[in-house]
Amino acid sequence: MLPVAAERPRKPIPCGALVVHALLLLCVAVIAFPLYYALVISTQTVQEVIARPPVLVPSGHALENYAEAWSRAKMPRLLWNSAIVAVASATGKIVISMLSAFAIVYFNFRGRAVVFWMIFVTLMLPVEVRIMSTYEVIGDLGWLNSYAGLTVPLMASATATFLFRQFYMTIPDELCEAAQLDGVGPLRFLFSFLLPLSWANIAALFVVLFIFGWNQYLWPLMITNSEAMRVVVIGLQDLIPRTGTHVPEWNVMMAAAMMALLPPVAVILVMQRWFVKGLVESEK
Amino acid sequence: MAIICAALVAVALWLLPAAAGAKTEIQFWHAMGGQLGETVGELVRQFNASQSEYEVKALNKGTYPEVLTGAIAAYRQKNPPHIVQVFDVGTQTMLMSGAIYPVYQLMKEQEVAVNWGDFIKPVTGYYSKDGNLYSMPFNSSSPIFYYNKDAFKKAGLPDKAPATWKEVGEASKKLMASGATKCGFTTSWPSWTMLENTFPWHDQPFATNQNGYTGLDTKLLINGEFGQKHIGQLAAWQKEGVYSYGGRMGQPDPKFINGECAMLVQSSAVIGGFKKSITKFQWGTGQLPHWGAPYKKQNAIVGGGTLWVMKGQKGPDYKGVAQFMKFISEPHQQMWWSVTTGYVPITQTAIKNLEAGYHFKKNPEQWTALSQLSGTPTPNSRGHRLGNFVQIREAIETELENVFAGKKSAKEGLDAAVAKGNEILKEFAASVKQ
Amino acid sequence: MKRAVFKNPILPYLLVLPQLAVTVVFFFWPAFESLRLSLFRTSPFGDRTFFVGLENFSKLLVDPDYYRSILNTFVFAGGVTALGLGAGLFVAALATQNIRGLSAYRTAVLWPYGIAPPVAGIIFLFMFHPSYGVLPYWLSFVTAYDFNWLLRGWIAMALVIIATAWTHVGYNIAFFLAGLLAIPASVLEAASVDGAGSIRRFRSIVFPLLSPITFYLLVVNLLFSFFGAFGVIHAVTQGGPGGATEIMVFKVYKDGFIGLNLGSSAAQSVILMIVVITLTALQFKFVEKKVTY
Repeated sequence: MLPVAAERPRKPIPCGALVVHALLLLCVAVIAFPLYYALVISTQTVQEVIARPPVLVPSGHALENYAEAWSRAKMPRLLWNSAIVAVASATGKIVISMLSAFAIVYFNFRGRAVVFWMIFVTLMLPVEVRIMSTYEVIGDLGWLNSYAGLTVPLMASATATFLFRQFYMTIPDELCEAAQLDGVGPLRFLFSFLLPLSWANIAALFVVLFIFGWNQYLWPLMITNSEAMRVVVIGLQDLIPRTGTHVPEWNVMMAAAMMALLPPVAVILVMQRWFVKGLVESEK
Repeated sequence: MAIICAALVAVALWLLPAAAGAKTEIQFWHAMGGQLGETVGELVRQFNASQSEYEVKALNKGTYPEVLTGAIAAYRQKNPPHIVQVFDVGTQTMLMSGAIYPVYQLMKEQEVAVNWGDFIKPVTGYYSKDGNLYSMPFNSSSPIFYYNKDAFKKAGLPDKAPATWKEVGEASKKLMASGATKCGFTTSWPSWTMLENTFPWHDQPFATNQNGYTGLDTKLLINGEFGQKHIGQLAAWQKEGVYSYGGRMGQPDPKFINGECAMLVQSSAVIGGFKKSITKFQWGTGQLPHWGAPYKKQNAIVGGGTLWVMKGQKGPDYKGVAQFMKFISEPHQQMWWSVTTGYVPITQTAIKNLEAGYHFKKNPEQWTALSQLSGTPTPNSRGHRLGNFVQIREAIETELENVFAGKKSAKEGLDAAVAKGNEILKEFAASVKQ
Repeated sequence: MKRAVFKNPILPYLLVLPQLAVTVVFFFWPAFESLRLSLFRTSPFGDRTFFVGLENFSKLLVDPDYYRSILNTFVFAGGVTALGLGAGLFVAALATQNIRGLSAYRTAVLWPYGIAPPVAGIIFLFMFHPSYGVLPYWLSFVTAYDFNWLLRGWIAMALVIIATAWTHVGYNIAFFLAGLLAIPASVLEAASVDGAGSIRRFRSIVFPLLSPITFYLLVVNLLFSFFGAFGVIHAVTQGGPGGATEIMVFKVYKDGFIGLNLGSSAAQSVILMIVVITLTALQFKFVEKKVTY
């Protein structure tokens, strides 16, 4: 087993722990402020929301706003659908990416360069750009308004493969050579050697992909035809009358937003140790 | 043998009630979110409860453009909804699409009677071709003037909405001087209120070919003398703070709601929402301001949306669609819908009934909207029939932003908008040529 | 590159098959479809198509709006990447110092990453709102300048850059943290024993060791903001005011989705795809040389 990454590098501090604390607190405050603001809005009435000067302390209407948001947006079904999309697309993507990255790094096969480019060309060209044609493809497959249609297209990008590739490149050759000397075949190498090393990577990726899947908007909007298949981000937009002829109830909307962002944020909070730890393994 | 027969009978009995109880589903895609969406849901529930053969399923598919694009994508996949709510500016696109089942034809062929003559003229004028309605009027509104009564009192102004633009300017200056509000007025839906409706209101042509009704080689006319005068005045007022540009769609609303501006031009459809959310001050409504002589006072154009029926469904389904259309046009539903949402009642019967119930006395704002839609439209005020109108509106509003930001003069901005708009119209004509 | 490999004729193909299948079906097939669409003029409902060759492309190349969207994209991508990476590295470096309560701090800066871009956008829209937002309100005590993003394009651009960077900074922090923590303490101690100051240490040891992470984040951030940061702009500015925040990706959506001009939208998609491929190729060819594994 490779040595685990150090818990904290013991560098002597340039300017004292107090300064660091102050700076960190400032960073936390700046980063947290928008969410705090949203939270405050979710507890106010509409008049308080648009009052000037802005009211920055929570008011007392949280319960009614949240209840309203819960029932109006039909939250349980939305949350369930979002969970399925997020988990399925994250898991699926991790599995296929791990396999491909492994093949690309650990095999010298004919056409490797072509495969490499084919996969990496998909980096981050968002669904929005190819949305009309992808819609037709899904329609042709008969996957409209289905979980398959919602999740599989999300797996078609190479970010996870990229990460696994980078990671595998840092694994010392000696490990592989030693395993081969021991008569270990490629699949066993993958599952018994690489996989244990990759858990932190996988955890981090899972967080990223879960969030990506959870926060999809345009794609689910296009291909879902029934209320039963909607995801939570769409349910949120439902609460804003975007025809611009009704006064938006921002407080209810923020309450719904709070409920919608709880799962992904919870995932980060729970997984944050692995999310941070060992995204890249140390070298010997 | 007996057992098999018994089993078959049992299975048949088990399936039968299911088959008998199965209602035909009718998909209805709309763009009403928030409270409006709830009201649509209620309307649909009422219909479903009133008969047992059909079940309408209403689905909010996003904003108006998203609903339209979604319907198109679905249609191309041979899986469109039965009914789709399209906004006013999508009319030409729908008419030229070859994908719709005109409503008058539907009702005739399904032998469901609707009193077409009962609809008010501005509505039929907008959505008819050769005298027949192609889509079912549903949510119609017109842009009206809202004013803050408390601010007016503080500034020493009489308690009525200014009738002319000149009066608007003077009132604004008084309001600002007295400190009652920070700015005079703002406008929501800038293109719809300040151009698309202001032109017909003054009986001015918005585009050639009678605003696009009589031909596809249409060109915009908004950069003429009238357009320059109106937008030029708005730009000058923006500099003085009399007018405060607040963004597109309903974004400027908060300026009025929190008292920053004393006056607002917005759709009559927000009346319901305003009644709920404006508690700090009293407010009233008036007609869209007018420039006065030499311009005639004609009528405003309906905004909002209508319901279109898509081709490509199973034949028997259309009976249910027709019944739903009839349901929503009946006076009872018309009145309920109008009273609940603030959209204008669009049949004479509904209007008469509401009048008899003193509805308009109790809700004068709703009468304001209606009063702008009375009379017989002229070729300039029937409506707009421009292809890709969404893109055109986008081009217009972009240039308006340049004008109000002081980057272009009114003439330059309008000229640019017209150039881009004409290009878009040309592209549309080329894409639908036979 | 790796020298240790497995020799197996069939297995690699089987391993890449799932991903290739998904890529072909959901990337290449729609991509070719877009390519095809870009050569036609299509009626909104798709019932009439006319072959127009490269006319959609030539129209784009003379359209000042298109060039503006390209410029906006570069400004936007540059801003988001610089802000995201800079802030990310700064916070990560702070969070690896030898102080107490580190994991609490780390948690506190990571979670915004979970917030959906449209939601983040709307929150920032609130904060920047000229009528009832906190930021213009506070700024009004400092300066008389009208911070109205509805009229001043650069403010709208700043708004979307900050909102987008905000949602992504947690991602960058996480990766930087991982990279910083992976640097063995022994290496750093050895360097300080050798008399290297902390800045020098950072430059010659930490930064090079961080380079795989930095490279990865640079690629991801640039690509994300170039092509993927759609949610914020869609939810907040819709490309306005006057097209000031209309980036290429948004224009593709706007022209195709709202304007129903499928031909031009497809042409823009094709151009974007070419740019992605070129950028990715360049990044791998040149930047990766400098990366030390």
